[in-house]
Amino acid sequence: MLNIGLDIGSTTIKSAVLDENGKLLYNSYERHFSEVQSKAVALLERIKEKFSLKDTDEVKICISGSAGMGFAEDIGFPFVQEVYATRTAVLKHNPDTDAVIELGGEDAKILFLTGEESGEKELEVRMNGSCAGGTGAFIDQMATLLGITPDEMDIQAKSYEKIYVIASRCGVFAKSDIQPLLNQGARIPDISASIFYAVVNQTVAGLAQGRVIKGNVLYLGGPLTFHSQLREAFDGTLKIKGLCPENSLCYVAMGAALAPQDRVFAIGEALEAVRGRKASGAYKSTSPLFESEEEYKEFTERHNLDKVERGELSEAKDGVYLGIDAGSTTLKCAFIDKNGRLLHSVYMPNSGNPVPLVLDFLKDFYEKNPGIKILGSASTGYGEEIIKNAFGLDTGIVETVAHFYAARHFKPEVDFILDIGGQDIKCFKIANGAIDNIFLNEACSSGCGSFLQTFAGALKYNIADFAKLGLFAKSPVELGSRCTVFMNSSVKQAQKDGATIDNISAGLSMSVVKNALYKVIRATTKDASVSLGKHIVVQGGTFFNDAVLRAFEKEIGMNVVRPDIAGLMGAYGAALYAMEKAPEKSTVLDSDALNEFVHEVKAITCKGCTNHCKLTVNTFGGKDGAKRRYIAGNRCDTPVSGKKSEDEEINLYEYKLSLLNSLESKSGKMGKIGIPLGLNMYELLPFWHTVLTEIGFEVVVSPASNRKLYLDGQQTIPSDTVCFPAKLVHGHVEALLSQGIDTVFYPCLSYNIDEGLGDNHYNCPVVAYYPEVINANVRNLKGKTFICDYLGIHRPKDFYKKFTSVMNKYFDGAFTESQMKKAVDKGYNAYAKYLNDVREKGKEYIAKARRTGKQIIILAGRPYHVDPEINHGIDKLICGLGAAVITEDSVSHEMEPFKVGVLNQWTYHSRLYAAAKYIADKSDMNLVQLVSFGCGLDAVTTDETRSILEDENKIYTQIKIDEITNLGAVKIRLRSLFSAI
Amino acid sequence: MKEIKTHVKPSLPFKSSMKKDYKILVPDMLPIHFSILTEVMASYGYDIELLKNVGPSVQEEGLKYVHNDTCYPALCTIGQMIDALNSGKYDLDHTAVMITQTGGGCRASNYIHLLRKAMRKAGYPNVPVISLNISGLEKGSSFKLTLPMLIKMLCALCYGDLITLLRNQTEPYEVEKGASQTVVERWTKNIAEQLKKGKGWTTKAFDKNMRGIAADFAAIERNIVPKVKVGVVGEIYVKYSALANNGLEEFLRSQDCEVNVPGVMSFICFKIDNRIEDIKLYGGNPIKDKVCKLLLKLVTNIETVMQNVLSEYKQYEKPATYAELKEMVKGVIGYGAKMGEGWLLTAEMVELIKTGYGNIVCAQPFGCLPNHIVGKGMIRKLRTLYPKANIVPIDYDPGATRVNQENRIKLMLAVAAERIGEGSHAHQPEETESVRTPETV
Repeated sequence: MLNIGLDIGSTTIKSAVLDENGKLLYNSYERHFSEVQSKAVALLERIKEKFSLKDTDEVKICISGSAGMGFAEDIGFPFVQEVYATRTAVLKHNPDTDAVIELGGEDAKILFLTGEESGEKELEVRMNGSCAGGTGAFIDQMATLLGITPDEMDIQAKSYEKIYVIASRCGVFAKSDIQPLLNQGARIPDISASIFYAVVNQTVAGLAQGRVIKGNVLYLGGPLTFHSQLREAFDGTLKIKGLCPENSLCYVAMGAALAPQDRVFAIGEALEAVRGRKASGAYKSTSPLFESEEEYKEFTERHNLDKVERGELSEAKDGVYLGIDAGSTTLKCAFIDKNGRLLHSVYMPNSGNPVPLVLDFLKDFYEKNPGIKILGSASTGYGEEIIKNAFGLDTGIVETVAHFYAARHFKPEVDFILDIGGQDIKCFKIANGAIDNIFLNEACSSGCGSFLQTFAGALKYNIADFAKLGLFAKSPVELGSRCTVFMNSSVKQAQKDGATIDNISAGLSMSVVKNALYKVIRATTKDASVSLGKHIVVQGGTFFNDAVLRAFEKEIGMNVVRPDIAGLMGAYGAALYAMEKAPEKSTVLDSDALNEFVHEVKAITCKGCTNHCKLTVNTFGGKDGAKRRYIAGNRCDTPVSGKKSEDEEINLYEYKLSLLNSLESKSGKMGKIGIPLGLNMYELLPFWHTVLTEIGFEVVVSPASNRKLYLDGQQTIPSDTVCFPAKLVHGHVEALLSQGIDTVFYPCLSYNIDEGLGDNHYNCPVVAYYPEVINANVRNLKGKTFICDYLGIHRPKDFYKKFTSVMNKYFDGAFTESQMKKAVDKGYNAYAKYLNDVREKGKEYIAKARRTGKQIIILAGRPYHVDPEINHGIDKLICGLGAAVITEDSVSHEMEPFKVGVLNQWTYHSRLYAAAKYIADKSDMNLVQLVSFGCGLDAVTTDETRSILEDENKIYTQIKIDEITNLGAVKIRLRSLFSAI
Repeated sequence: MKEIKTHVKPSLPFKSSMKKDYKILVPDMLPIHFSILTEVMASYGYDIELLKNVGPSVQEEGLKYVHNDTCYPALCTIGQMIDALNSGKYDLDHTAVMITQTGGGCRASNYIHLLRKAMRKAGYPNVPVISLNISGLEKGSSFKLTLPMLIKMLCALCYGDLITLLRNQTEPYEVEKGASQTVVERWTKNIAEQLKKGKGWTTKAFDKNMRGIAADFAAIERNIVPKVKVGVVGEIYVKYSALANNGLEEFLRSQDCEVNVPGVMSFICFKIDNRIEDIKLYGGNPIKDKVCKLLLKLVTNIETVMQNVLSEYKQYEKPATYAELKEMVKGVIGYGAKMGEGWLLTAEMVELIKTGYGNIVCAQPFGCLPNHIVGKGMIRKLRTLYPKANIVPIDYDPGATRVNQENRIKLMLAVAAERIGEGSHAHQPEETESVRTPETV
């Protein structure tokens, strides 16, 4: 009798047919494009034919896979969980395997088949959490972004020269890292290889959770089978030589076929059952976008009225103005005349590199319009700098302002603009003719427009057709308003529940809107004319999609204006700006120069400072031999100007860091003790350093954070959703141990020192108890002394008593209470001096900034945000934009406690609220809040800080930072802020 | 220093005059416990209604009015209350809402503030928000807990714990389908009625009722066949509430498992004991110490009744007492870890492993802060101590899908099913003594 195993995954369907002895007779692998049922029927038909089965012939069938679960349930077939099935197959075919790494369409799994210590047969399995995102689907998405197929990406990766750091936690993050690389002109082979390394890091960081992957390792699943460079990346990172066995795609199916079971089907019956499968149909749905064709007609007629005035290029004898918007996924160019009439435009995908596209566009223009002069030119968008440098444009403009220019020209009374582009959501309120408040999406919810596109592509539709499908869907799927990855799994669930493609399409359009409204703008829709505005203009390519537009109007219960050039507004606005700023003679390259145009890209590592930024150097040549350079990837001006520009920098972050670095250790009779410089140690170091030095220890502080230090510790991180500053602690502890430190001091602190600003003085749970996580997970601590006791530094009066007994426990009663009291008192003094130094320096910097007329930014965060590996040099970036940077703790003491709308019980947060209040009456000060991704407390503090500031008519700016941060987006946000001040 | 005005708009407090004609809406978490608890409140003149509304609109309202990165329990409960107010079923001038507030360094202490903000945004600024807490966090509210009321409420929770425990150990094996459910309903109703009349909470009555419950369950005929035994631990709301955990217990039962969800009494003990531990660790007011110890004694006395009753029925797995739980986790994590579920969550995992429920779902809201430490952060250590521990952490979130969650749980169950033959001895600890203790005791 044949044993048939079907593995129905998120994107593919696989089969394996075995004989009674488990010998593989047939297997298959294909994409199912969400047509699970028909593919399964076809597959069974094929098997039936292949083995010349009659309807009455009996077989055993077992289903596996993430999409197979619901399927099997619906038709009452046996089901086996896919990881379990994998193991069954591996034990049969590769019995000496120690670990299996299996990547699927959206899942990543690691199976440990032998015990870590014992080496005996055992089973420990890991699957990615719901956040870790897809892997196969991720690689597909990235390939789409690069404009090549996944196979081509593998070939490209073979000739890589360097690896860029790409976020490894979740696909959406990685995407926003790759986009700027593309825009900066990084080489495709390098990016391709970097993507594979990102997948490896994601798997290791997310799944290994403290276990070392070693021994005989098996690679299974589509991505690892198809991409030799992905295997190479795993081999290289794990320092192993893994095996990708024959039939590596069908292990789950084989395992399913091997699963012992009693039930026998006649193949004809089985086929009938699969054919007759009715999905439960109970997915969450909402009301349709349009009830009728008439409704749609009225809608299109209304929007057709919103048209920009147009003219002919050939008639623009006075000359034209050029605007170029090099966005994340698309390139837009527009020519206008002096009346703002649109003469000529293009809108196209940027295929990863906008430079040749603009070159062709300009060449074409000069060729066809020999007599027409370009009087002014401006670029905007992600590629603003590179385009400006490459083609000698006159000026650049931050994209938010470009959009405002366009919308204002279109509708002078506009008071609210929402732009949903390929990757960004931008939204701003307008008051008194200026941008008043800006909301940009955070890295985690990005990818909205391009998400629709990728999804359409995955289902084999083009975006326009896909969107149209949804217009008349009867019961659109309710998909939640979260990030791409979650939407993916929501779609998967809906498909399982029988949602048809039209309903999924409509649901996706709605979720884009909800994401923008509730996640980015954080608006209520109770009365949109108050919470948003009375005259709303929507734009960005995504709003070309009628379904998205309709979903938006429905959600806010108001009609809005969508210009017919919704996708061009950035370029149009840039052109208007070019007109306003037009010089006497435009510097834009003429047609001769374009014919000589040469563009070279080189990747180098900057040696200017310890940051070691990976730079992409673009060189543009011309006929006169003059070369223009554009350098990207830098955090400061050193590589561009060739010198450090610190003489002018007013940066309290640097100062705080220098205070911590200036602490001196001396050798003592108690020997060495290590302190990991992470989380709260960034503030308490002066305290502990002094106390421990006083009682005779030579204090060794872990080295400054860097990428390598992080990677060295990432294998022991148990929770992949904890904040990055916490994850870094693992690296710091490992760094201490690798220096031969035997005693590490990292106490648990439920309470922080009470500064009297709030209702209580807690630390957040992660800061308070992270030492427990280190203790439980960092295996190298075995045999060392790790002091992670609970200490009460919030009680300065009697802390020394408890501390004496704690330390004596580890050091055989070496300390007396009186000795400890002296040391602890000195510690408190050192801590007070540290705070005082920061405050005094803050005062000095404020005065200095005022003397030189600089804007002052309070870059508010937590003490550990001064770590450059955590803040990614955002402090320097702000200084580079011409402002002074001070910290929240340098001003918070100036305030009396006041009532806030939340429970004000964390010391660090109390400072934040106080700082926000402090700047209320100071016109030259603004606050920018740094928020670490995954910081649960900041869900509370950000809203509160915003309302404190907005109550005082101040602009609230939030920057989300993580393991890696897209500084391009941060720059846009900051430049928008400065343009609004 | 300057005079500081506040941007905070005052909320309407719950005045004592409102008691007589206001309906108070409370989000449900534990159907059995809370339906009994409601009647205790009723006996004091409060008109409480447990919210049973579920469905997509609950999460939708939550997403609209609560910061999306806020933890899922806040989103669910606040969404549930606003959805209820939107329903038109309630006279908005005579409706209040109530939410528990535990206090402590977890962001959960902030739910009430988030609720107030949400109520204003949603257009219900005049619906009073009541905090149910024992920490005196909210001044100015007329909702006061008295000692007798507190005792009755504790009894209510303990009744709930016992009924739940016996139901969980009886139902999967009952010969006559539905027999356990009948007893659950009968006793829940019976106890509720007693408490409503102000009865059923004296030492004698409590003892008698508890024995009655146990006897009735014990009378149900069981057919003990080997089943996969699964324990559920987690952030308290997600652990218990079917709305938040996508019907986790129901799903596990549908997979033919016996489910053990540790009771709520130890959580109460834990919250009180934290204050004692704080004083022990850091020093503090001896009077406060004494009061807390008395309070803890009060609660453990109630717990003891349940222990005594269960001692008489050897066929049931008796839960560890609070003191035993605390002892079990010694050397795994310190007693100072008190935020959220703190060390108690880890302790419950140890207990489950030791009593044959080593297949564990650790349920938490996506990005739950304490769970990074006491849940996910401890799994590795537990696996070192108890190599057969089979723990799957599951994140809950409005965007997380059931299919992903159930797939992961099914994997855990597949491993469990394979071990079922090995017997519960496989779960015995390999050692307990050689663990290094990090904390001062």
